[in-house]
Amino acid sequence: MSSEIKPKRRDFLFTATYTVGAVGLGATIWPLVDQMNPDSSVKALSTTEVDVSSVEPGKTITVLWRGKPIFIRRRTKKEIDEATAVDLKDLKDPEKDSDRAKNPEWLVMVGVCTHLGCVPLGDKGDYKAWFCPCHGSHYDTSGRIRKGPAPTNLEIPKYEFVDNNTIKIG
Amino acid sequence: MSEEKYVPKTKLAEWFDSRLPLLSLSHHLRSYPTPKNLNYWWTFGGILTFCLITQIVTGIILAMHYVAHTEHAFASIEHIMRDVNYGWLMRYVHSNGASMFFLAVYIHIFRGLYFGSYKAPREMIWIIGLAIYLLMMATAFMGYVLPWGQMSFWGATVITNLFSAIPLIGESVTNWLWGGFSVDNPTLNRFYSLHYLLPFLIFGLVILHIWSLHIPGNNNPVGIDVKKGSNETMPFHPYMVMKDLTALLAFLLLFFAFVFFLPDFLGHPDNYIPADPLITPAHIVPEWYLLPFYAILRAIPSKLGGVIFMFASIFVLAGLPWLDSSKVRSATFRPLYRKFFWVLVVTVVLLGYLGAKPPEGIYLILARIATAYYFIHFLILLPLLGRYEKTDPLPMSISDPVLDKPGVMDKFKEMAGKYEGENVGSFK
Amino acid sequence: MLVHLNRIILTIFISIITTLSFADSQHSHGANTNYLKTDWSFEGIFGTFDRASLQRGYQVYQDVCAGCHSVQHLSYRNLSEKGGPEFLPEEAKAIAAQFEVTDGPNEDGEMFIRPGRLSDKFVKPFPNAKAAAAANGGAYPPDMSVLAKARKGGADYIYSLLMGYEEAPTGYELDDGVYYNKYMPGNKIKMAEPISDGIVEYADGTETTKAQISKDVTTFLVWAADPHLEARHKMGFKVFFYLIILLTLVYLSKQKVWSQFGSKEEKEEEEAFDKAERVVTEYEGEDPKTFK
Repeated sequence: MSSEIKPKRRDFLFTATYTVGAVGLGATIWPLVDQMNPDSSVKALSTTEVDVSSVEPGKTITVLWRGKPIFIRRRTKKEIDEATAVDLKDLKDPEKDSDRAKNPEWLVMVGVCTHLGCVPLGDKGDYKAWFCPCHGSHYDTSGRIRKGPAPTNLEIPKYEFVDNNTIKIG
Repeated sequence: MSEEKYVPKTKLAEWFDSRLPLLSLSHHLRSYPTPKNLNYWWTFGGILTFCLITQIVTGIILAMHYVAHTEHAFASIEHIMRDVNYGWLMRYVHSNGASMFFLAVYIHIFRGLYFGSYKAPREMIWIIGLAIYLLMMATAFMGYVLPWGQMSFWGATVITNLFSAIPLIGESVTNWLWGGFSVDNPTLNRFYSLHYLLPFLIFGLVILHIWSLHIPGNNNPVGIDVKKGSNETMPFHPYMVMKDLTALLAFLLLFFAFVFFLPDFLGHPDNYIPADPLITPAHIVPEWYLLPFYAILRAIPSKLGGVIFMFASIFVLAGLPWLDSSKVRSATFRPLYRKFFWVLVVTVVLLGYLGAKPPEGIYLILARIATAYYFIHFLILLPLLGRYEKTDPLPMSISDPVLDKPGVMDKFKEMAGKYEGENVGSFK
Repeated sequence: MLVHLNRIILTIFISIITTLSFADSQHSHGANTNYLKTDWSFEGIFGTFDRASLQRGYQVYQDVCAGCHSVQHLSYRNLSEKGGPEFLPEEAKAIAAQFEVTDGPNEDGEMFIRPGRLSDKFVKPFPNAKAAAAANGGAYPPDMSVLAKARKGGADYIYSLLMGYEEAPTGYELDDGVYYNKYMPGNKIKMAEPISDGIVEYADGTETTKAQISKDVTTFLVWAADPHLEARHKMGFKVFFYLIILLTLVYLSKQKVWSQFGSKEEKEEEEAFDKAERVVTEYEGEDPKTFK
């Protein structure tokens, strides 16, 4: 309310002091905030290698990566066909199966429901794939959301095949 | 400048203030009348508030990363120092902050001693201040245990063993403190809990300390009462705020010199060796700010006696407002007290020096003399001085020409003359 | 009388100080604390590490010390981090991969060995302190992660100790497996002289004198104990630069504010301010929408 009056009361010296002081306060706050960000030891743990040689078709293994479960499923021919046959128009979050699984036999995804973070159950739900028990989200054999409150498909992490039997996640 | 009652300027302010008088409080804090002759020794209250807040903020942050377990405590500190973003900064500010906090509190206490700030009507301020100081020592001691280095462990062992000097129940008390039969994981855990709790108690006491200060108002270097509502006082904001800020920034230069360039100078190398219950370091010494009391503890050739004298050396200060019978507050007008004040300062520094030395030979003898003098000062000299000392004449007011303050003070005197005869109450 | 008191106090002070300095000189027996003087690049407020020396120091640690001494708080990734030896990430990766790390348990519940990764901590030579002591004649070779901070004298002490091995003076009794070192507190040390001329071979062609090798490994240990030293020095300089500017500004503002205390201008200004504020307030109060 007194913005018209203040400039009169504050000459250059005061303005400079306030400005410099404010800059310092701002700079002080950053370390106090940044300390809560992932630290360098956490960031360094960003890759995990998984041996998948013992996974049979139709089975899923779950590994931990960055504290989250990763589903690695060796899909059957039937599942792959189901996943590729879907019309993209029927999807809430349209995505081709071939974009989600580099090697159609292997589906690698973050096992965290995109709704509110629960872990979906395997071989369950309307699509006999994944079903989140918390709020009833149904995912298909490609991990795409088909029914329920989740907004997007299950996330695909960055991964690569180091060799035929080893997947490197991250 | 007198303190005016807060008059809300808007209806919203009036509505709010009549329900929760925060605006009145804020107005009071801004316009609180302070004697205009306060010197830079009076800025340490503000500096101490800053220290407390810094310790609480950095402490809460460290607690987010620290693990209170004997197996992990040392490694978690190293994790903070190496991996956590700016963790080294937080930890060094916190560890050096403790030293700076004590440096400031010692200056604050000795300022009170020199200018007689503990005398009527300010006894409550002084006693609450002492309670704060005691809690500070407890907090600092428990904080020093948390890194679980050699000094942490053996410091904790030695200090908790003080309580075993209590006749009959001593052993039960120490076992109760430890939660076991030696300093171990339960001890570390409870120290962590209390180390987190006590600063908030200190914060509460600080509020009482300031509250009890705002009743009689500040003492001042001359030690005579200022006339409230005269031009002998100036509002806290902006005058004292600016002066406090200036002093705080200068203080920060020292603080950050340690943090950035000598971060481990005030600590002890042995505390970078993980705690080992089988090997005691050659010299166990507390942090520098506790050394005088450590010297007193060791000067007394009896376990119980040492403990009693150590605690007595602090509690004797609580009786100070009544032990010092002189009506004159400021040492400026007490030629004899002034000398003994400096002797006391040197005695305490000497005790600190001796606390870091092995308790043998000349060191022990000197520590005993210094301990004796410490108590003589408070228990014998002060009561006698009040009776027999011939004090210098006191000025009539803090603006009296006896004061040789050039510059700003001259202006005030000029002002004082200018407004003479006018109604000083309506000055503002 | 006052003059007398002054003199008495002064005499007592002087005698105390004399006594103390005499006592201190009597007490400083035992370990030699006149450490060898070396120019460390990391000392002083602008100090930084000599990268090449750190890289060589890492090699010395690995070739000479790592058989007995762990540095358990260091990770291999630290080797490529800023402010350290700054190996290239690929180099650090290759270094990590040289070591065998126990990981697990795997699906079958068994621990397995795999090559080290950047995120791994430095592999320890012994599984625990007791095993380390047992293998070294009962003396635990201390973990060296924070050794430079854990010893009085820091870098100078470590360097002097490495250079301080001597024949014991005649008549000085030493047990088997105990060596004489003039900088070790008590002069007895259970570690045999670790460093001698040419004990390592430097790829960068630096001469491999005992002094050079000791200097390199000491530099490495200082970094290991204080990996953010450079960042700290840099930030400290900036903070000081800033503080001095702010202190000057605040001090000048304070002088200005104080000089205006009770002055005519201030009074007038304040009155104008109050008046203006009153006007604004009245205006605001008239607005029925502002307050309910």
